[in-house]
Amino acid sequence: MKQSVTVNEPKDLKAGVALKAFFSKLKIKPPKFEVKTILRKVVVPIVSILLFIGLWHMGSKALFNVEANYKIEKALTDQGQAAADATKACIASGDLSCQPNTLPSPSQVWASFNTLLADHKTISADKLAFKEKTAALNEKRIAAGKEPITYTGRPSFVDQIGTSLKTVFAGFLLALVIAVPIGIIIGLSETLRSSFNWLIQIFKPVSPVVWLLLVFMIVKTMTKDSNSDSAFIISFISVGLCAMWATLVNTAMGVATVDKDYINVAKVLKLGALQKVFKVILPSSLPLIFTGLRITLSVAWMVLIAIELLAQSPGLGSFVWEEFQNGANDSNSKIIVAMFLIGIIGFLLDRIMLVVQNAVSFNKNASA
Amino acid sequence: MAYLELKNVCKTYGTGEQATQVLSDINLTIGEGEFVAIVGFTGSGKTTLVNLINGLLKPTSGEVLFKGKPVVDTSHERGVIFQNYSLLPWLSVGQNVAMAVKEAFPKDSKKAQKERVAAYVEMVGLSPAINKRPKELSGGMRQRVAVARALSMNPEMIIMDEPLGALDALTRGNLQDEILNIWSKDKRTALLITNDVDEGIYMADRIIPLRPGPNATLGPEFKIDIERPRDKTELNDNPTYKKTRNAIIEYLMGIGEERKAEAKKVYELPDLSPKSFVA
Repeated sequence: MKQSVTVNEPKDLKAGVALKAFFSKLKIKPPKFEVKTILRKVVVPIVSILLFIGLWHMGSKALFNVEANYKIEKALTDQGQAAADATKACIASGDLSCQPNTLPSPSQVWASFNTLLADHKTISADKLAFKEKTAALNEKRIAAGKEPITYTGRPSFVDQIGTSLKTVFAGFLLALVIAVPIGIIIGLSETLRSSFNWLIQIFKPVSPVVWLLLVFMIVKTMTKDSNSDSAFIISFISVGLCAMWATLVNTAMGVATVDKDYINVAKVLKLGALQKVFKVILPSSLPLIFTGLRITLSVAWMVLIAIELLAQSPGLGSFVWEEFQNGANDSNSKIIVAMFLIGIIGFLLDRIMLVVQNAVSFNKNASA
Repeated sequence: MAYLELKNVCKTYGTGEQATQVLSDINLTIGEGEFVAIVGFTGSGKTTLVNLINGLLKPTSGEVLFKGKPVVDTSHERGVIFQNYSLLPWLSVGQNVAMAVKEAFPKDSKKAQKERVAAYVEMVGLSPAINKRPKELSGGMRQRVAVARALSMNPEMIIMDEPLGALDALTRGNLQDEILNIWSKDKRTALLITNDVDEGIYMADRIIPLRPGPNATLGPEFKIDIERPRDKTELNDNPTYKKTRNAIIEYLMGIGEERKAEAKKVYELPDLSPKSFVA
């Protein structure tokens, strides 16, 4: 993504002059902007975002009205005119106790986002205070060979994002560690490829939920005696298993389809088997391997939410599910906040992978 | 004793009914220090022949002997310059050459290897581009890297598979001279596969046409009795050059005609005349 700055008339504007000075100081040519590019890269996206928010606002308003009318009518048929009037007045007054439960409007979502941030601040302050309070005591406990006291309060929204990221990275690493070596081995031998093919074809489309159950069956028994965090283990293994297929298939394909010329070079130079793999086959299949890893990371992030939701592992997934079960007035808007954050984080993860991919591979043509 | 010898070599691709014999009954002897060119149409099996000699392929029947021993595998003694350069795109020029040097001289010190790489890159005039990737180079420069890589292994024989085929005429001429220069320094045995008769005459001691495949065989050889070093501009006025060139081209054209004649099938047209609707 190119960073773009909007400067319409740099000569007249103070900011424009400052910007020019800034660029000349750095001895870089100031980027030139054509009206068309600005239109396409800045104005059009902003307009489309505004349009989206506008549509969303109107849509949620319409849904609100439908829900409100239904509520009033129900009061009318069940309890009579007086109750209906009371309900109408209550809804109009904005009283939280009688608001219709439907798609939240953009402003509500924004308010919820701020609430969640404020909540995070409160919780972190609380945590810090707790840490200070127990610091001296914990030192004594550790000296005495006892376990330190830890904060067991509710995790904040930001903490849950952190947990989700931790889980997704653990799962991603697991996928990497399993899929890349197996992919290379499968790719090198046609016999292995055909013997593994059925397995890959069968397991690739299996839903994340089923993987979770399978992992649960195994991990539950294996962690019976230890008091480790089995929810985390279950969710990251499931994420890894769901997401690794893209990498596995791409690695195998990359290794299997190395340009014959490169193989001939390796033969003519008489490279050893290991050297052939590490100096010729792997580098030439890196672009495909990284394409696979990029898909794996985005799949991992996507299935993570569903898996957390089921595994009761703390994270964005369980946040969404808890809010849904909670049914408070702002639950719906918190769910939408989570949805946007999930999307944005997924997008950022993909961008990071793209940067890594471009840095590692020799053909710098990969793009969004 | 012949340096490189091919005895009744046949190469068939595929098996059973789908088998196509690409090369049949190839007999070729190359003496030490000789520069031999094989000229043929595209698709006549030139690359197959090269791969048989460098050890990438094994003949279906017959023998390929190098210094009296059968060729079973690739060897550092035979350096190959491929048709499409085959440089590894993720390595720089220096690294591409270094890869070959490390394999051919594994016992040398790091410093000696490095010097060797530098020397061969220098030899093909690419020192300023030593850290560039093949992608950043022009076709001619890439081919120079391939030449440096093949020669850096200090092979006894150098096999070139249409090395200049993809280059423009001017670059081609320059590189021909460079290759000849390098060759004349220590007179390694060289085998050049090409589709350009002039290139063959300019560079080689002997030219052998390859009759087009399937079932390609080698035609009669043409000796080039022109003093070295040869001068390209003077060559045009050289009567021997003209004679040899005409003979080879006539031969190749003859093959082309033969092929056409074989392919010709006469269709009998029915004897009809259009019916007139006017009268």
